[in-house]
Amino acid sequence: MSAIVFAGSAQFSAIAILAQGGGAGAAIAAAALINSRFLPMGVALGPSLRGGPLSRAFQGQMVVDASWALAARPDGSFDRMLLFGSSAAQYVSWVTGTTIGALCGGALGDPEDLGLDALFPAFFLALLLSEARSGRARGVAALGALIALALVPVAPAGVPVLVASFAALVGLTRGAREAVLQRQEAEGEAR
Amino acid sequence: MSTAATVIAGCALVTFAIKAAGPVALGGRELPIWFTSIVVLLAPALLAALVATQALADGDRLAIGADTAGVAAGGLAAWRTGSIVACVLVAPAVTAALRAL
Repeated sequence: MSAIVFAGSAQFSAIAILAQGGGAGAAIAAAALINSRFLPMGVALGPSLRGGPLSRAFQGQMVVDASWALAARPDGSFDRMLLFGSSAAQYVSWVTGTTIGALCGGALGDPEDLGLDALFPAFFLALLLSEARSGRARGVAALGALIALALVPVAPAGVPVLVASFAALVGLTRGAREAVLQRQEAEGEAR
Repeated sequence: MSTAATVIAGCALVTFAIKAAGPVALGGRELPIWFTSIVVLLAPALLAALVATQALADGDRLAIGADTAGVAAGGLAAWRTGSIVACVLVAPAVTAALRAL
């Protein structure tokens, strides 16, 4: 499953539903909801990819949260090689880790005792701190977090993060568009 | 086909389609400023939502625990040192230490 789905939280939620006695349809639907956040990520990445539709469909498979965020440039484009490289490294570790876990998981004890559940949110927080330098970006981050937290008790897993992406619609304001124009012009002059 | 195989195949297909949609629809062309302006802000919105739902919630309820403190300590480390490595070392260490108490 790790080898062909390669999306941790979706895999865990599908398995949790099966373990609770849910059907295959419910498990797949839950995984689809959790992975729905890749839809806006793919839309953002799309313009930075080259090649025909089929080639771009496969390049889109390289999107995972961490590499998508690492490869994002401040002007809205993406560093393709950084995206592919960091995803490839994660893919190898993910599949290796799954195999080790399946073979000798019982011997390792509870991963929560090691505090490993804090690792990913901390990594994303560090990326957020380094990316969100403008006041507008910080405001959007706060808005996204509030939307997600407000939806957690009432919406199925995955929906809160998807809906939080709507916070980026702040980009439609005149001030936000002018900031992008200025940055693009500054980079045009630098080249 | 067994349930497990059905679920794995279904998850793989659905995930492939979701990840392919954006790049296929929007590949290789210049986009208007208003679109770029939204894309630039997608990263902070999605990252903040991921942090919030993982550090401040447990499943479908809001919950503050050792992991919340660990992530906060990691954030502090990232902010003071500017190092992502320091952040991902501090966060699990603080979380594990609090749980061991």
